[in-house]
Amino acid sequence: MAVGISIPRVDAYDKASGRTKYTDDMCDKSAYIAKIVHSTITHGRVISIDTSEAEKIPGVVKIITCFDVPKIYFPTAGHPWSTDPGHQDVSDRLLLQEHVRFYGDDIAAVVAENEVAANQAVRAIKVEYEEYPFVLDVQEAMKDDAPQLHENYPNNILKHTKNDKGNYDEAIKEPGLIKVEGWYDTPTVQHCHIENFICYSYMEQDRIVIVSSTQIPHIVRRVVGQALGLPWGKVRVIKPYIGGGFGNKQDVLYEPLCAYLSTQVGGHLVKYDCSREETFITNRVRHAIRYHLVSWLRPDGTLVARKSEAFSNQGAYASHGHSIVAKGSGALGQMYPCDNLQIDSYTVFTNRPVGGAMRGYGMPQSIFAYESHTEDICKALGFDPIQFRRDHLTPVGFVDGFSHNEMYFDTYNQCIDKGIEVVDYYRKHKEYENQTGDVRRGIGMAAFWYNTAVYPISLEHSSCRMVLNQDGSIQLQVGETEIGQGADTAYAQMASETLGIDYKDVHVVSCQDTDITPFGTGAYASRQTYVVGFAVRQTAEILKGKILDYAHELTRMPVFLMDIKDGNIIRTTDGRVLLSLAELATEALYSTTHSVHITAESTYQTKSNAYSLGCCFAEVEVDIPACRVKILDLVNVHDCGKLINPALARAQVHGGMSMGIGYALSECELFDSKTGKTLNNNLLDYKLSTSMDHPELKVEFIENPEPTSAYGTKALGEPPAIPVAPAIRNAVLQATGVAINEAPLRPQTLFENFKKAGLYEEV
Amino acid sequence: MYDMKALYEATGIENATELLLAHPEAQVIAGGSDVLVQMREGKRAGKELVSIYGLDELRGVSLLEDGTIKIGSLTSFSHITRDPIIQKYINVLGEAVDQIGGPQIRNIGTIGGNTCNGVTSADSASTLHAWDAVVEIHGPEGYRKMPIKDFYISAGKVDLRPGEIQTSIQIPKESYEGYKGHYIKYSMRNAMDIATMGCSVNVKLSEDKKVIEDCRIAYGVAGPVPMRVPSAEALVKGKAYTPELIDEFSKNVLTDIRPRNSWRASLEFREHIAVVMAKRALMESIRRSGGVL
Repeated sequence: MAVGISIPRVDAYDKASGRTKYTDDMCDKSAYIAKIVHSTITHGRVISIDTSEAEKIPGVVKIITCFDVPKIYFPTAGHPWSTDPGHQDVSDRLLLQEHVRFYGDDIAAVVAENEVAANQAVRAIKVEYEEYPFVLDVQEAMKDDAPQLHENYPNNILKHTKNDKGNYDEAIKEPGLIKVEGWYDTPTVQHCHIENFICYSYMEQDRIVIVSSTQIPHIVRRVVGQALGLPWGKVRVIKPYIGGGFGNKQDVLYEPLCAYLSTQVGGHLVKYDCSREETFITNRVRHAIRYHLVSWLRPDGTLVARKSEAFSNQGAYASHGHSIVAKGSGALGQMYPCDNLQIDSYTVFTNRPVGGAMRGYGMPQSIFAYESHTEDICKALGFDPIQFRRDHLTPVGFVDGFSHNEMYFDTYNQCIDKGIEVVDYYRKHKEYENQTGDVRRGIGMAAFWYNTAVYPISLEHSSCRMVLNQDGSIQLQVGETEIGQGADTAYAQMASETLGIDYKDVHVVSCQDTDITPFGTGAYASRQTYVVGFAVRQTAEILKGKILDYAHELTRMPVFLMDIKDGNIIRTTDGRVLLSLAELATEALYSTTHSVHITAESTYQTKSNAYSLGCCFAEVEVDIPACRVKILDLVNVHDCGKLINPALARAQVHGGMSMGIGYALSECELFDSKTGKTLNNNLLDYKLSTSMDHPELKVEFIENPEPTSAYGTKALGEPPAIPVAPAIRNAVLQATGVAINEAPLRPQTLFENFKKAGLYEEV
Repeated sequence: MYDMKALYEATGIENATELLLAHPEAQVIAGGSDVLVQMREGKRAGKELVSIYGLDELRGVSLLEDGTIKIGSLTSFSHITRDPIIQKYINVLGEAVDQIGGPQIRNIGTIGGNTCNGVTSADSASTLHAWDAVVEIHGPEGYRKMPIKDFYISAGKVDLRPGEIQTSIQIPKESYEGYKGHYIKYSMRNAMDIATMGCSVNVKLSEDKKVIEDCRIAYGVAGPVPMRVPSAEALVKGKAYTPELIDEFSKNVLTDIRPRNSWRASLEFREHIAVVMAKRALMESIRRSGGVL
């Protein structure tokens, strides 16, 4: 009924008209304001904190330092908990740190009656440190003499894993092989969601309540319980509408500290509102990952053996840790099957801001490396970049032994065909060969790999509750949050489809409240339509069964001859409308003979996963003297199964492509090598791209319904951000002949590479 | 919530001077697009402010009897860009200030604030230098005027004495008559950005459009304050333009400019783009003057 139709978002009118309440809108004006004192050194220990001047400032209520907080270490990653200690996230965080591990680490907190007093107090606090040497580069941090950040992690290695196959060392002995080698660097970037992280907390009876701008309310409940040493049921977390997250809010950020501060001021309401400058440093960032790739090929293009070494810069604390680079490295053998693989992945602590989840979860980094390297192979061996990919990308019928993901369709070829058509690839590729002059054009592409959700690595389940109202409409509740991606709208469409009622009669309860909302781990991993789809469908089938059972009582027709269609109970044999669902629902609640509150609630545990694949084509114009890349044309092609809502799907891709443009050309956090400080932690110096830096964003879909999915759908939230940077990089390569292996291709980087390549010699 | 000690709103130009003399520590605020940002950062936290934003007599562009273009210091960037006098006689200034920030900043920000900040990156400053603008100031002793190059003393410091405010920026007739120019802002993205470097060039061609009778070039962010490049100007004055001359001109800018080496851009990169910008801005100025390249 409603699946596959571009209905308006269920939250569109509220959001467009400004009625929507976000966390800060809901906070009572009586709140105390919390501000955090951040370290002004990069590595060391806090010796003393002098709060005497700060305490004299009128309006200051309480100052808590790293010496006051409980010594309970807790994890922050927004992963489902594991009851197996071997699979639990690393607990390396305290509410405030004596041992400072990056410039800006949290060392004290001020609670004041207003923001001005809180800021004045932060400036008045004097801190004495013992300084240690620090390390910022991932491979420097692995050296034996590097400063150590954490105990029990020699050479700062949080984790090292291998994904070997066959025998690399033997395979490369084959005579006549051609070796192609490259190093590929990706930057530290930040999510830059519009609404900075914010939360507020207060006590009610003997419990702590937290309202937070988070993607993962049920996980926040667990982590606050762990961090404060409280039974988890004593914590209640409420998630209102949220102004974006992109993975940054798939981490528990300041909810534990804010909750703790409230307990220290008699349970009074305390609000912590992170500034943009803080967000860049003390929230989470995308891991900068350095890939070293070596490919050995026969002259005919056969991939004989490959080596991949990945060095993931974790920053100061574990957060999501190794799962990010592990996802990226695990993809290589699935995307480009090869008999002999030697794959090593390292996640390494450094004295930098903490890497966490961010849209794409390790794949933008690895696909930048893989697809740049693929282009380098084609250039070195003279292959057509498209044909080489067609010859090597995952073939139909491929099954991954670990995830059981299967390549059901010829997705890569279908997506590539569509991309070629939209950008007129071959004509332009030929036209742009052998250019000279200051301004040159190029065209390039990149394929990408993704999968949906986190099975079999982590728990995958969703719980759904449906309640029938008197008028035949329902409330729908799940724990997987609306974070701007349109999940609520998709849920309404899916429920409408199975229940046979109008989507407008599905009232999705958007706000999650851990006291009320069925258990679900939140929004992440591009899993909502897939994982929640099972729970919605299963619960809708249960509800429908209960409705038809009741219809049997009212109509004397057997259940198997009835269905719900357009909000009516119909007889399937002749299509006659027996009664409306509204009449049935009213009768069910007010019947003097059999009154029943018709509801359904169920959990579906997902034990499958699905590839979500596609490609991006980019056409660029490079002004070599001006060191600038202008994107002329950009198209993403996705096979994410059946589209639940085509208009929303397109919007999702637009957003991802926009992130990809920044990743390709301008965004990166910069660090001072002398002090370790982040230099550009504001939206002026951090070059998030603007609408003026965007071409028209073109989106195409190949709709192969996913066989394992409740509604034929699979991941689309993250994939759009993945292939854009390597496609642009490859287009710049075609235009200039210069292979730039360091994202972003910002003017300074272009200048250095063009200069090295001799493009300025005539000047 | 801003940490501001007090806000005094001036009722007139004389009153502004009185308020500033009465509150010597106070900061003048006009549109606030710089002052409030600094206050939020803690740099000017707890300060007194004297607002001149209500002084409408400091707004607007007019053509004086002697042909001087007078731009009231509180004229917003978007008003300058859309002003018919600016568009007719010195359109390049309108183009330059149209590249500042985004639409909201251009509506609130003023040319007086842009220059009184004393920052080298101000998009109006290099063009005002390149057109020999004159700054008009009012203070306890009445009005005084000075060339804009003398107004800038050092990074962040301009020649405003106690009780003084800038009241207008003026472009004398001889500075603009017969000249056409071009401004290039080099920034890392195409909007909402500060100049990595700005370059403003204008020329006056001979009647047959073949000889450069006069040429002026000024940079922002090529030194601590906006600056002219006299040696490059001297090189082309009175000469027929040729590709070789234009190349020589652009390379010659390096003898005068002094860009920084910083994390925002390396010295080598800045010098490279300075040359590219000089060449392109000169060529476009010649084209706009009716020259053929």
